[in-house]
Amino acid sequence: MSFEPKIVGFLCNWCSYAGADLAGTSRMKYAPNVRVVRVMCSGRMDPTFVLKAFQRGADGVLVCGCHPGDCHYMEGNYKTARRISLLKRMLAQLGIEDERLRLEWVSASEGERFARIVDDMTKRIKELGPFAKQKVSGGQHAKA
Amino acid sequence: MPKLKLALYWAASCGGCDVAVLDINEKILDVAALADIVLWPIAMDFKYHHVEAMDDKSIDVCLFNGAVRNSEQEEIAKLLRAKSKIMVAFGACACFGGIPALANLKDRADILERAYIEAPTNDNPERTFPQTQTRVKEGELELPEFFDTVRALNQVVGVEYYLPGCPPPVELILKVVDALATGQLPPVGSVIASDKALCDECLRTKEEKRITKIYRPHQIIPDPQRCFLEQGLICLGPATRGGCGQRCIKANMPCRGCFGPPPGVVDQGAKMLSAVASIYDVSDEEGIVRMVEEIVDPAGTFYRFAMSTSLLERKRT
Repeated sequence: MSFEPKIVGFLCNWCSYAGADLAGTSRMKYAPNVRVVRVMCSGRMDPTFVLKAFQRGADGVLVCGCHPGDCHYMEGNYKTARRISLLKRMLAQLGIEDERLRLEWVSASEGERFARIVDDMTKRIKELGPFAKQKVSGGQHAKA
Repeated sequence: MPKLKLALYWAASCGGCDVAVLDINEKILDVAALADIVLWPIAMDFKYHHVEAMDDKSIDVCLFNGAVRNSEQEEIAKLLRAKSKIMVAFGACACFGGIPALANLKDRADILERAYIEAPTNDNPERTFPQTQTRVKEGELELPEFFDTVRALNQVVGVEYYLPGCPPPVELILKVVDALATGQLPPVGSVIASDKALCDECLRTKEEKRITKIYRPHQIIPDPQRCFLEQGLICLGPATRGGCGQRCIKANMPCRGCFGPPPGVVDQGAKMLSAVASIYDVSDEEGIVRMVEEIVDPAGTFYRFAMSTSLLERKRT
């Protein structure tokens, strides 16, 4: 069976969730790999959510928010832009590929854009393969 | 009341925790009056087989410091667990992995390569590495096996209480001693420290947290009255449990996080990363790149003491 990545998508209530909804109501075809979680604002994205998703077996995490300047709460998306950028740097230190975490701006009218982002991310993660779920608590230890 | 039986052990640690026990000064006499020490490798001559010969649960309290990163430490952790009624994870390494757990950002092979080949003082052209078994003419020698991943004590055996800190402060050690002396023990699973974040206890002046540059501690002399974060220094106070007595803060050094995450927080590093990114006041691409560049080692800074017990526990390979 071919590898179907599990991607957790965190979408802001005001723009991106509506954008994803538009993709659906417009009957656009796109990869079914994203599991969407609606958050009130992309600024609600605690980096813990991303780590937790990976820890529980997600192959990728997609965060979508309003375009810069469009945030319903003025600056939540800027906060998330900073957090995700810094988190990407830290994930690199933890050996997690850059493509596995993606931040995109999707407005309520951009159903098409949302569908393309999901397709593209699914394709890239398929190429990368599954996220290495390492069981490290059980006393496992490699021989030299 | 018969005397308590007390064991102290060090695993992957620097020895500072054992010194912290001695730092209780004359109170050590109270400990001696209260308890018979049955194992304390740094100070007294007991052998493992003395412990093995004891009945299960015959040691009242074991203060275990250090993380677990080799087979000897794992074996002794399991042995002491079987023999002890109360297991205390003593210090940041036993509680969360501590400094040794930064090794989880590397692999076993990287670490051995660094330690036995690359380090500048090595002269090892034959690439000699320690082996678990070595034959010599007198017989076979054994060394413990070095693990790939550094673990906190509760990832190896069950733990009743946690006493965090690098090392735990004297006041909290005495709190544990008093609790044992009076038999008034807190609920199992308790962390012997504050239930609030360090920021909550910090007396520095806190105004608006908006910064545009992050400094490293050697780059500026901080104002001793003002919040470190507001001065652009990464202080782990928002993501660290209080109760430490603010040893670092009072010495004009930002918090490094040795008390681990506050109650309710799973991942100290993620919370601290979030806090720093929140107060850095830029919104353009260029500013964000600058912020990321200014934080030289995010994993090492935000998980300095709590890598083992973080959500991802270690680097993926």
